[in-house]
Amino acid sequence: MFTMPQRLPRNPFASSPNTATAIPPSEKPTARRPSTSKANRLSQFFSSSPKSKEQQSAQAALLSAVAAQQQHLLNNPSPQISAPSLSLPTISLSTAKGGEANMDEPPTTLFQPPSVAEAKKQARIDAQFAPIGSQSHRYVSKHMGEEFPEPIMDEPPYYYLLTTYISYLVLIIFGHIRDFFGKRFRPEHYRHLKAANGYAALNSDFDNFYVRRLKMRIDDCFARPITGVPGRYITLMDRKTDDFNEHFQFTGTYTETLNMSSYNYLGFAQSEGPCADAVEEAIKKYGVSAASPRADVGTSDLALEVEDRIAKFVGKPAAMVFSMGFATNATSFPALVGKGCLIISDELNHASIRIGARLSGAMISSFKHNDMNDLEKKLREFISQGQPRTHRPWKKILIVVEGLYSMEGTMCNLPGLLKLKKRYKFHLFIDEAHSIGALGPRGRGVCDYFGIDPSEVDILMGTLTKSFGANGGYVAAEKHIIDKLRVTNAGTIYGESPAPPVLMQILSAVKIISGELVPGQGEERLQRIAFNSRYLRLGLKRLGYIVYGHDDSPIIPIVLYNPAKMPAFSHEMLRRKISVVIVGYPATPLISSRARFCVSAAHNKDDMDRLLAACDEIGNVLQLKFSTGVAGGAENLPDGVTPEMEKEWQKANGLQGVVKPPRWTLREIIANGVQDVKKPLR
Amino acid sequence: MEFQDAQRFVLRAIDEISHTFQKLPGSAMLIRYIQSSYQDDPVRSAIELILVIFFVRYLLAPSYSTHNGNFVTLSEEEIDDLVDEWIPEPLVAPQTSFEEAENEKLPVIIGPTGPKSKLSNGRTVTNLASYNFFNFVGNEQVKEKAIQTLRTYGVGPCGPPQFYGTQDVHMKTEADIASCLGTEGCIIYAQAFSTISSVIPAFCKRGDIIVADRAVNYAIRKGLQICRSTIRYYEHNDMEDLERVLQKIVKEQSKKPLTRRFIVTEGLSETVGDCVDLPKLVELKLRYKFRLMLDETWSFGVLGRTGRGLTEAQNVDASQVDMLVGSLAGPLCAGGGFCAGSTDVVEHQRISAASYTFSAALPAMLATTASETLNMLQTNPDILVQCRENIRAMRAQLDPRSDWVHCTSSPENPVMLLVLKPDVINSRRLSIEEQERILQECVDEALANGVLITRLKSMPVAPSSNGKDDEWKLQPALKVCITTGLSKKEIEKAGVTIRHAITKVLTRKTSSKLALPATS
Ligand SMILES: Cc1ncc(COP(=O)(O)O)c(C=O)c1O
Repeated sequence: MFTMPQRLPRNPFASSPNTATAIPPSEKPTARRPSTSKANRLSQFFSSSPKSKEQQSAQAALLSAVAAQQQHLLNNPSPQISAPSLSLPTISLSTAKGGEANMDEPPTTLFQPPSVAEAKKQARIDAQFAPIGSQSHRYVSKHMGEEFPEPIMDEPPYYYLLTTYISYLVLIIFGHIRDFFGKRFRPEHYRHLKAANGYAALNSDFDNFYVRRLKMRIDDCFARPITGVPGRYITLMDRKTDDFNEHFQFTGTYTETLNMSSYNYLGFAQSEGPCADAVEEAIKKYGVSAASPRADVGTSDLALEVEDRIAKFVGKPAAMVFSMGFATNATSFPALVGKGCLIISDELNHASIRIGARLSGAMISSFKHNDMNDLEKKLREFISQGQPRTHRPWKKILIVVEGLYSMEGTMCNLPGLLKLKKRYKFHLFIDEAHSIGALGPRGRGVCDYFGIDPSEVDILMGTLTKSFGANGGYVAAEKHIIDKLRVTNAGTIYGESPAPPVLMQILSAVKIISGELVPGQGEERLQRIAFNSRYLRLGLKRLGYIVYGHDDSPIIPIVLYNPAKMPAFSHEMLRRKISVVIVGYPATPLISSRARFCVSAAHNKDDMDRLLAACDEIGNVLQLKFSTGVAGGAENLPDGVTPEMEKEWQKANGLQGVVKPPRWTLREIIANGVQDVKKPLR
Repeated sequence: MEFQDAQRFVLRAIDEISHTFQKLPGSAMLIRYIQSSYQDDPVRSAIELILVIFFVRYLLAPSYSTHNGNFVTLSEEEIDDLVDEWIPEPLVAPQTSFEEAENEKLPVIIGPTGPKSKLSNGRTVTNLASYNFFNFVGNEQVKEKAIQTLRTYGVGPCGPPQFYGTQDVHMKTEADIASCLGTEGCIIYAQAFSTISSVIPAFCKRGDIIVADRAVNYAIRKGLQICRSTIRYYEHNDMEDLERVLQKIVKEQSKKPLTRRFIVTEGLSETVGDCVDLPKLVELKLRYKFRLMLDETWSFGVLGRTGRGLTEAQNVDASQVDMLVGSLAGPLCAGGGFCAGSTDVVEHQRISAASYTFSAALPAMLATTASETLNMLQTNPDILVQCRENIRAMRAQLDPRSDWVHCTSSPENPVMLLVLKPDVINSRRLSIEEQERILQECVDEALANGVLITRLKSMPVAPSSNGKDDEWKLQPALKVCITTGLSKKEIEKAGVTIRHAITKVLTRKTSSKLALPATS
């Protein structure tokens, strides 16, 4: 049978027969186990901070459990689901299965064993939101200290950069050769790229080259269709191709994988629990649609309540919600700025911001990603020069940044921006699409994370698609701004209103996060995502991966470089039943194609360990561990040496300026992770 | 001694450099080339040298500067002064009194929306303002389906379609729409409003030509603005004018390389309410070799025997329309939009339509609801008949009977747009703003008498935008939306209320307004 990982926390020592008693998932019970195994001594030898033997054995046991499980996953075919109809597309409401509980193992607890139905239900709930392994697996996401460091960019040896360029070159040359012969011998395949009957081709040959010859090769890693809830696990619909990704056929089977790909930061993608119950009530009461734009008669008591809640949540006097995050940006900028105004936008800003800015008619400029010096230079130049040609002063300047960048895992430098804002009097717009809910001790985004009063930022925009498990976007600002926006924003005047069930999902999620509904659960979600993010990031750095972004970011990109490693990584992960997102050119610079993990509160430490184990193996096979150590992952300091003393200690031991490439073993990482994430990451 | 050391070092260095240079492949050739070119033509060598120097300088230049001649060089102190002096405008202008009133009067519905809705002031009114034409909002079967979906899929898909956001229900809805229309494929977007604004720039690039109806809706205008194509307009629903514009373009372009050409228009116009002549449009597009982008936001689910839209109503094969855009949020009472067309057209959008690629997928329950309501229209076309009867009943109360307004909508359009009659406007010399104010008063008056209607809202398109069309102005109109949730009697009664409200406002206005035209 397919052993589900959620069994682990409840019975972490499944592999050892002497611990077959029901013990709450904590490290305590290990005291009963004598630690004499070789592995223990070995790990003790490697471990730089010696700990109690008991602890070590617990970790070793856990580790072997993880390894066994990995092996199990490898050996077993994907779980079969009895879908009523295999020919797609049909809705099959019975396909959304949770995890399959491990039913053939006799329950070994002293308690009354749960009935099969109950266990099934629990397994289903756990597949959407994992039980926490231990209360120590929590952390508070908060900025410490004044200085906000730029993440250090590590670089692989030149060899990798060179081979990456060469790979692209080969791919491009091959593509052209195939095109050359293809156009001559199989013209029917190129018909849509050629003018025919007096119509120009819909798609130009040139524009289409990248898609046809590069993306098509790895198309099976994109747009994998899913079914069910994208929670802790995500159920992929298996598909195969006979013509190199030109077409896909569904095989009718399903694979349940660990979900490292959805923006389900706080784990609100659930079909059970208080949110779903509230949504069901809302459907019964309100129906599915508001059937009118907000400015006509689409404004309901529910919409106003949600807006009020969002405003309070982000710490602004007023807010408005929209049915799509993308359109929120696309329609808000034209309502804020226009001709004679200037938008300076971070170069990595999202497409919706770029489109909104273009629609506004304002002049657009950009500054280097998160580079405050470049921004200041730009500001000085633009303010002193005024508008082009006329030199008239700008009507206003709007700086647009994102709270958390979805491809980089970096946060905006809010303290730096506010310092500049004081001097240069610009207006500040922050898109908190990814940071709202995911950052800050109370989940209220970057302002909360940095401990800054939200009133210092003019416009806080965000989406409800991610952390809240709903759909749509919001804009929060001073009341007079929102009042004006309500009558000048195309999204309210023509766009459909958010659907009542979606609004209810937002409302109940906000209530849970702020602790009104199910007290304690919101806090747990916030602290779990913070812990998981740091734990995974630290683990990956210690394995030797080059990881982008800031330490507390739940978006964790690892750099793969070679284009061929993108599909390889994705396939290897899928083989281990983990779904990840890979991104390459043109979404990233040509050279730094990457894989991205989105950590969620729905994961627990075992899931992170499972992922780390997979990364460890794949990293060896695909040669992905190329970090030099400048960006973290260093070994712990010996006992008695505090971080303040580190410099002197290094001097005393002749280690000055020595950076060792981190290549920790999985065993050490798991053994040290929980304590080390709570200290500043090294 | 030291000097000699240095000299020896320099010599050795030069020696080494020349050595390595000679080892480089091609270096001998280069030297030979320089030598011979110098011997043959010293002037050419000099020019080449200058070119090389220029090239190196260009490469080392700090980056391309956009300042051109207009850049004023300033000292740091001057810049500091300028920064100190600069006073930005506030982020938004103060509200105008009309906007303030608009905000204040915004109706707030308590509880569900429906044919009878409860407002925040406690009154229950007849709702003729929602796009709830077939009363799907209150339908128990639809709700049941939505709850089932909720319990299987949760609410949001938590990711864009390309990154694990595509669920089987999305594919099912896409297939349902495609098979209903008879197109090869279909793609669904998460919001109806932004669908066409994304479809247009996905296909129309710089150098392409778009011919658009002058009265197209705001979303289309935004799409036209964002794409970089050349845009021409033709008079609203005037096929002769369209033909003239097409002919002109074909003539102008005959010597230029072939580019993509598109006609963009609406099935049922959002701003006027009338219906396009699709067979004629298809004939023209085929004759002049344009592609047709048809926005069926207001006609899909409304026109035709089973609500398949304009293509069904006018008996045109939907595959004749290259991109057929529609809404799932309007008549179908779900959410999201779609674009149907050939497989090529659909697959192209999946990677190049911004609001599809860069936005989260549609919540599963909205997709299943759309499938459900679409299916209900197919299996039970009687609701469409009932809706049309109600439209007729309302029209009978308003269009021929009112002295003040007439209805510009097509007879089957459940969104009835009522504009002031030209002689009313002319005799009183009403500006656009004045018309808007009068119509808002009509809305208020009708509401005071228990009937909720709205007004067609206008939005300025950003100045200096691509394809701006100054000549065209949206004519203010009242918007009355018919629903099958009310009986014919109730509709008639509401119609009388609306008519009386209009008469009351306009006769009241006459007294205060009459003075103006008389004196001037
Ligand atoms: C920064 C940013 N803004 C806006 C959006 C769009 O949000 P939505 O998916 O709700 O349309 C995204 C989503 O990917 C985003 O990353």
